[in-house]
Amino acid sequence: MDFCISLILFNRLKKGPSLQTDQHLPPLSYLASALVLLCLLILTAVTIAVAKIHLGPFNIVCILLIASIKSSLVLLYFMHLRSEIWAVKISLISTILVLAIFISFTFWDVAYR
Amino acid sequence: MEPTGEIKNDTTGQKLGMWLFLLTEILLFGTLFVLYSVYYAKYTADFASSGKELNLLVGAANTVILLISSFTVVCAITALRQNDPTRSIVFLILSISLGMTFLVNKYFEWGHKFATGHYPGSELISSGPVGKSIYLALYYIITGLHGLHVLIGTLILLLCALLIHYKRITQENYILLENSGLYWHLVDLIWIFVFPLFYLIA
Repeated sequence: MDFCISLILFNRLKKGPSLQTDQHLPPLSYLASALVLLCLLILTAVTIAVAKIHLGPFNIVCILLIASIKSSLVLLYFMHLRSEIWAVKISLISTILVLAIFISFTFWDVAYR
Repeated sequence: MEPTGEIKNDTTGQKLGMWLFLLTEILLFGTLFVLYSVYYAKYTADFASSGKELNLLVGAANTVILLISSFTVVCAITALRQNDPTRSIVFLILSISLGMTFLVNKYFEWGHKFATGHYPGSELISSGPVGKSIYLALYYIITGLHGLHVLIGTLILLLCALLIHYKRITQENYILLENSGLYWHLVDLIWIFVFPLFYLIA
């Protein structure tokens, strides 16, 4: 589904700089990448610390939330998603949405049988 | 507007194609996480007790290894774009070494599990609680598939290092390196979720 949407949008907007990749933008500097790495390492430590505290069912929610923040950092900065063409952004968001629905609805179904 | 077929370097197309492939990989691991979530709901206590038996230190070390390797891959791209292919190759070799360290750690982890009788199909597992057996099945499948991706990613990065050396990837034409970097970051992304789900649910 998201492949079709991407193709339609790609064809509609086949003009101008909106379809260019970020090849014309400067690369992520060493300092910026190092800062992102530092944030990721700190968040890893936080995750492990949170896991040691007993929050009951909220443990897994907290941990997955921190994991989402870490993955957002990797996606936005290391994978250049910030400067990526919006066909890619929309495809990724719709994939995550599909997965979220898949996981949550299945979980919900099984948990309340 | 010239037709797409006549563009020599279609970096947009190559980038988009790589992203589409990454999305299929996300769905691949995503379905395994669906399985995990269902069985976690059903056997929460067994999952928690099985999680305690995994070595948190090795898991954390693997997480740090992959995060640093993602950083070095980004540095490799930056170095190449700043017209320093030698430094780029050095960063790639660092990433490859970190990837191989990850695989060696995995070997020791799995080896320890096998040595204590927790290998797939063992008597110890089938005679134990069902939740634990499912947890271990998911552990082997997910970390095994992920390990395979780490191996493939390592080989792709090695290929990139060679291509830079033989000037097939250059400061002007580095889309291959970028796409390989994307694959490696995806491998890191998957582990960012695998680590808490297996090592931190105790």
